[in-house]
Amino acid sequence: MSDTHGTRGTGTDGTHGTDGTRSTEGAPKRDWPLYEVFVRGKRGLNHVHVGSLHAADDTMALTHARDLYTRRNEGVSIWVVRSEHIAASTRDEKDPFFAPSADKVYRHPTFYDIPDDVPHI
Amino acid sequence: MTTTHSAETPEAPEVSGTSGAPGTSGAHGTSGAPAASGAPLPEQALQEHFDATIARDQRVEPRDWMPDGYRRTLVRQIAQHAHSEIIGMQPEGEWITRAPSLRRKAILFAKVQDEAGHGLYLYSAAETLGADRADLTERLIEGRQKYSSIFNYPTPTFADVGVIGWFVDGAAICNQVPLCRSSYGPYARAMVRICKEESFHQRQGYELLMTMMRGTGAQRAMVQDAVDRWWWPSLMMFGPPDGDSPNSAASMAWKIKRHSNDELRQRFVDMTVPQAEKLGVTLPDPDLRWNAERGRHDFGTPDWSELKRVIGGDGPCNAERTERRRSAHEEGAWVREAATAHAAKQERRARAQEGAVA
Amino acid sequence: MSDDHVYLSLAEGHEDDTRWAYGTGFEDPLHGVDTTVPEGVDTGRLAAQCVALADDALVSAQRLAEWTTRAPELEEEVALANIGLDLLGQARLLYARAGRTDGTGRDEDAYAYFRDPAEFRNVRLAELPNGDFAFSLVRLLVLSSWRLAHFGELSSHPDPVLAAVAAKGVKELTYHRQYAAEWVVRLGDGTPESHRRTRRAVEQVAPYFGELFTAYDARDEVAAVLRQVTEAAGLPMPVYRPLPGSGRAGEHTEHLAPLLAELQGVARAHPGATW
Repeated sequence: MSDTHGTRGTGTDGTHGTDGTRSTEGAPKRDWPLYEVFVRGKRGLNHVHVGSLHAADDTMALTHARDLYTRRNEGVSIWVVRSEHIAASTRDEKDPFFAPSADKVYRHPTFYDIPDDVPHI
Repeated sequence: MTTTHSAETPEAPEVSGTSGAPGTSGAHGTSGAPAASGAPLPEQALQEHFDATIARDQRVEPRDWMPDGYRRTLVRQIAQHAHSEIIGMQPEGEWITRAPSLRRKAILFAKVQDEAGHGLYLYSAAETLGADRADLTERLIEGRQKYSSIFNYPTPTFADVGVIGWFVDGAAICNQVPLCRSSYGPYARAMVRICKEESFHQRQGYELLMTMMRGTGAQRAMVQDAVDRWWWPSLMMFGPPDGDSPNSAASMAWKIKRHSNDELRQRFVDMTVPQAEKLGVTLPDPDLRWNAERGRHDFGTPDWSELKRVIGGDGPCNAERTERRRSAHEEGAWVREAATAHAAKQERRARAQEGAVA
Repeated sequence: MSDDHVYLSLAEGHEDDTRWAYGTGFEDPLHGVDTTVPEGVDTGRLAAQCVALADDALVSAQRLAEWTTRAPELEEEVALANIGLDLLGQARLLYARAGRTDGTGRDEDAYAYFRDPAEFRNVRLAELPNGDFAFSLVRLLVLSSWRLAHFGELSSHPDPVLAAVAAKGVKELTYHRQYAAEWVVRLGDGTPESHRRTRRAVEQVAPYFGELFTAYDARDEVAAVLRQVTEAAGLPMPVYRPLPGSGRAGEHTEHLAPLLAELQGVARAHPGATW
């Protein structure tokens, strides 16, 4: 079981009034709705829940998930889900979605040349 | 993978439309869900179940019943931790545009970006407890929730970037590695991820300082000056001494925290002293010496009145830090509202189109 | 920790760990690429081309870095930094190539830190102050659309290094353009305020198109992207009114000098220092 969050009955629905630009007036200010993110680490593994984020819509949620949860070329596939809806990144988008982080070698701790005799680093 | 809908508070009824939720999770809500006997589980039984989970060193998960105090303590601690990551972007963030080489610029840019990511992982964990990120942000910018006092100190030179990596991220690692075993599942999992990513932060800081120590005399002086300024505030990062830390005992009993402030502080000192020797800098504490009997270092007492002052809002940069966060949030409101409005319009358009087809 | 199995399957479930910072998934974009300049390539022209493209990227990355701690939402902090880091990476590779081909043997920092504003060859669009989020995103849309079209062509350049840098950049720029396009549509369509701001941003950006197309004429590609985005955003297409002068000739706005003063200040204050 994954630690998905409580659904929020108010807020997200509150923006679907007749005038979408004004419906939050008077109500407490709300973030973009919360999405859960599932990442398939590599072929052969299940999608695994990795956390959540806020986004205004499915497209933004996928973009944010790519930026936040796959900054280091982890993952070949992402699902985001808000309430009952699940959206998945498609195979065709794999290259622009995931390839760019492959060269960020400075994210690698061993990139930093620390002498072996410095303790605990 | 099945998604489940957890109610925001233990008292709240299950959200309707959760027919897809697995039946194996057990009805821990005190709502109307009847237990096998037909009567709601009394609070005492829930408490006993919770206590047993903690005693067995198992994780508490979002849908589990938990005492209000446990929930409140966790939300406070996780939110403070998240706020610290976000406010902590500022002291170093100042140097991204000024970094003296492109390699350092890229490293620092990536590091500060990581801090934004870590803040998001932590807000996400807090939200599994029913907290709302917008609300937590409000509390931060209104000064009702704290962040780590260390980020209220200024960063006047580029050596500060290195010393923050070495001391502040080193102290954070001492604090955070035990939190990977925190009793609350989502918090522990967020910490695993954060610790994995942070291993690069401390190393880049130390490597920068080593490089600077091999450079010009002015660079070496810059490093020592930064060490002098950051040492004591770094020791204060672990919080007040154990005898003076009102929330620690409960957090330890609940296994939200796994080690006392003083124990973590000692670990940090023991870890850092030999690194300072290798680097060739002096830690500014005349009382610092090896105690063979204890097998640990003795060290001086931080100025706790300074910590109180900085936590109380009177540090060198408190107002500046909060103000930056506030202005980013407020100046970004029109952008967030635009995205919400666009999403609503798109949904209406999609519905209208469906209607037209049908 | 048996109760942590879901996370363990992510964190420790397999040995190669390519998903983590310390993983093995890093690729050197120049791995296996022959770095000798082929016969018949005009080295002066190649170096100048690399410097101009690097300057565009560096100046853009600097502007994106200025958004740090100021973005409208935390998720946007992460996204803008990703784009900035991609561009910074492109700049570094291109400067290194310029140093190899122009005969000076300069390294990346010599180009970034020790040239004066008049020696920079970036387009003026890149150096304009960030303005609001609408301006920054409309600018990003235009610059990434142009650069993507150009890099697509450069990925078959006779110089194998420039070709490899461009091929890698195409993937990055595809994502930058997508991110920018999604935002411009949201802002144009969103609220009356965001529409007004985005419309103004499009008008402010339009005069700076001209100098992009002098280096590589991607007029049709950029126009096609803008037509699609402005239509979805409910915005008018910008009117093409070129300004005189060009950053490609070292003619800059008053905004480049302060940007470079900030970028270069520490490096220049410590001659002989190593970082």
